Amino acid sequence: MPDKYSAPMARLEAAAPLFSGPNWDYASLRQTFEAIERIALDELGLDVYPVQVEVITSEQMLDAYASVGLPLMYRHWSFGKRFAFHETLYRKGLQGLAYEIVINSNPCICYIMEENSMTMQTLVMAHAAFGHNHFFKNNYLFRQWTDANGILDYLSFARDYVTKCEERHGVEAVERVLDAAHALKDHGVNRYAHRTKPNLAEERRRAEEWQAHAEATYNDLWRTVPGVARGKDESDADELRLQEIKRELGLPEENLLYLIEKRAPRLEDWQRELISIVRLVAQYFYPQKQTQMMNEGCATFCHYQIMRRLHDKGLITEGSMLEFLHSHSSVVFQPDFDDPRFSGINPYALGFAMMSDIQRICQEPTAEDKEWFPDIAGHGNAYGVLRHAWANYRDESFVLQYMSPAIIRKFRLFQVSDDSSKPALRVEAIHDDIGYRKIRSALARQYDLSRREPDIQVVDVDLRGDRCLILAHYVHDGVLLSEKSCRAVLRHAAVLWGYAVKLLEIDAATDKTLKTYEVAQPG
Amino acid sequence: MNIVDRRPNPKGKSLSNRQRFLTRARAEVKSAVQNALRKRKVADVEHGEKVAIPTRGIVEPAFHHSRRTGRADHVVPGNKEYVRGDEIPRPTGGEGRGGSEGSPDGSGEDAFEFTLSKDEFLDMFFEDLELPDLVKKSLRETFAFDLQRAGYTVTGSPSNLSVRRTMRNSMARRISLRRPKPWEIDALREAMEEARSRDDQEEADRLALELKRAEHRNKIIPYIDPLDVRYNRFERVPRPNTEAVMFCLMDVSGSMTEAMKDLAKRFFMLLHVFLIRRYRHVDVVFIRHTSTAEEVDEETFFYSRETGGTVVSTALEKMLEVARARYPTDRWNIYAAQASDGDNYGADSGRCVSLLGGEVLPICQYFAYVEVGDGMGGSLTGLARDSDLWRAYSEVAPAHAHFAMRRVGDPSQIFSVFHELFAKGGVRA
Repeated sequence: MPDKYSAPMARLEAAAPLFSGPNWDYASLRQTFEAIERIALDELGLDVYPVQVEVITSEQMLDAYASVGLPLMYRHWSFGKRFAFHETLYRKGLQGLAYEIVINSNPCICYIMEENSMTMQTLVMAHAAFGHNHFFKNNYLFRQWTDANGILDYLSFARDYVTKCEERHGVEAVERVLDAAHALKDHGVNRYAHRTKPNLAEERRRAEEWQAHAEATYNDLWRTVPGVARGKDESDADELRLQEIKRELGLPEENLLYLIEKRAPRLEDWQRELISIVRLVAQYFYPQKQTQMMNEGCATFCHYQIMRRLHDKGLITEGSMLEFLHSHSSVVFQPDFDDPRFSGINPYALGFAMMSDIQRICQEPTAEDKEWFPDIAGHGNAYGVLRHAWANYRDESFVLQYMSPAIIRKFRLFQVSDDSSKPALRVEAIHDDIGYRKIRSALARQYDLSRREPDIQVVDVDLRGDRCLILAHYVHDGVLLSEKSCRAVLRHAAVLWGYAVKLLEIDAATDKTLKTYEVAQPG
Repeated sequence: MNIVDRRPNPKGKSLSNRQRFLTRARAEVKSAVQNALRKRKVADVEHGEKVAIPTRGIVEPAFHHSRRTGRADHVVPGNKEYVRGDEIPRPTGGEGRGGSEGSPDGSGEDAFEFTLSKDEFLDMFFEDLELPDLVKKSLRETFAFDLQRAGYTVTGSPSNLSVRRTMRNSMARRISLRRPKPWEIDALREAMEEARSRDDQEEADRLALELKRAEHRNKIIPYIDPLDVRYNRFERVPRPNTEAVMFCLMDVSGSMTEAMKDLAKRFFMLLHVFLIRRYRHVDVVFIRHTSTAEEVDEETFFYSRETGGTVVSTALEKMLEVARARYPTDRWNIYAAQASDGDNYGADSGRCVSLLGGEVLPICQYFAYVEVGDGMGGSLTGLARDSDLWRAYSEVAPAHAHFAMRRVGDPSQIFSVFHELFAKGGVRA
């Protein structure tokens, strides 16, 4: 067909735009949502929870900010502080509000602000109701650690429970426990799935198998091998008993709040329940902390694809498209390190760039890509590769697996080593052949939560002495804890534990104790 | 997909959190409020205040790595000129540490600024202050009564019938006694007719019996039983008479410089806000005087200009006149505050003293005299020459516990003087 006919034909086929002008109404919201849904499910192959879109005012958005993005939350002064803080910034015009908040729940609740223009509402729905929603439903961390079906019920239980405790025991007493638990909340998460509780049938089966195995491989010779001399005297037996008790306490334990909740000798039941609430909320957020870059990248990539497709189909006007591009490009803007606006790597920018890059590698690989990513270069099914990545990686492993030299060049990433014993920083690697891999693994480490957060464990409880709780901070690369906050947190820990608390900073490599903090039993 | 409009939901979900936060930070906020007061115009008192408070009492600590120890790697974007092995001088701020390790919540803030609402601000502002002796001792007055809801009762006048409560009881009774619904009876009747038309005599008889039973039941179980009826109950609650009137007297003569007037205005302004805030039924009378006195409205009192001599007694006379005409002492608690630069027409001071001691103070619950200076801090110490009026009033003061005198020389002292005068428990001169 001659070229000159194709353009008008295409335009004839194109549907009328879903909306025009900045104002939104419920009918066009619904219509647009359905158009987005068709693209998201049929063309991008996303798999999402049902969506509930909720329209809110800016005031309510601030409320939601204050309660860490959750629709309901128990009452605590720290949320009031956050509210006051954001409100001031917002009223002064220093900070715009997010266009949306999305909640990892089933149905997925997506807040949109009434002030947004229709184009922004479209963008927000594509971004949150499909991008984030798909990520929440499919990423392994969310599947493993969060219960999207139960979270809202649990939060409403938590709020009522805290209120009841306040009525019964007084606001101050409740605040004391919550303050202390909040201080430890970063160390109140399970990082690894615990072994499932043994059940009797399973245990019996294992014991029988073990017995059979022992009989089958019995060799009389082993009897003659001299074993380790078992201590017969009193002190050894005592030591063994202590070891046994420690094992029963589950030490060492890195979930400080869990240990305190279950084992602290002086807590009342309601106090344990409050700790449990803080702990579970922290656990709920744990996957989000580990996947922020991927999550935002996924949502940004999805909204970009969806908006482009809407535009290609003629469902949104040129004006809307320009408005969208303006907002999109400011979202994915990455200031350089020496820019006053720089505050770390923008997760939207890096996530979006890496995911677009994966798409490029799948569709138009260069020789370099073929060498670096033989399994996906030229794969063709970019969405399939991305869906796999979204489901099975977190920020750290995603960078390690998928960061290409092209991205490192694009962002001009470089690695700086900061050794406090030396007067200057040193550039370790830049975007060249020698540097790519170094930068990639250094960046992945930077995203590794277990390296970003101090590695602190409960190692011992002085059972024979003063019941002192002993924590250990395993020091890597000589990075110690910041002193002031450490003391403050230990004071909080002592409030919960009820006896003295001690923290040792132990060099992980040499096992040498570098520093000791001690907080006496609270009066 | 569902679209839910949450906009009509109750606002201020964070309000209780905010109150908790303020309680928590009370000490800090309070000192910040007083600092802020020194700087701002009193006319702005009624607006909210932006306060910056240090984060001491409100930090949320968490374990985090110290920035000054050990070795760490950072990957940052935007390399322009560096090659491997280059050395970069350590930046002084935290910037060189790479952003992904941003400071944990709270630790990075030096001061924390937010805006108090008007109510919150005034609460802090007037905390511990009380209008002295609000309750009139010689109570000869008639009590007014307020009606207050006090639950429900089974007897009462028809006008107090509580339809809702009555219908609720009626419905509960009807359900529990299984009173047949009208449409059930209709259905039975129809079924019976239909059976009859089918010539199914047996069925028709059975239904007729059932219908009869239902109708009977309907009759013996009334729709509304006297048992159900409830009336709203009201209690008469005596309303204590807390009507008070505040006289504000001010010298607006030529001897008052603009700075002095400003001080006086500030004092009254503070007083005014305080009164309006604490007590709902407080009348305020503004009397300004030069060589003559007149009662004016608030606007004129504070903002219009006058020139002339100074005869303080005219203001006291005017006050007595107004009090006699409109505020009989058996019904009203009378408070007065006077602001002046202390100048008076020489011969008038004696008359002031006799008026004050003999007539004004006996009818007053409390009288505060504030002498405004010219802003020289030194003149407020004992070394300064006492003004005519100050000396005159000093004679009266010892005999009357409810008379207080203070001097103010500088806007920053207004609040402390005000606070002293109205502190709970009261400080008397």
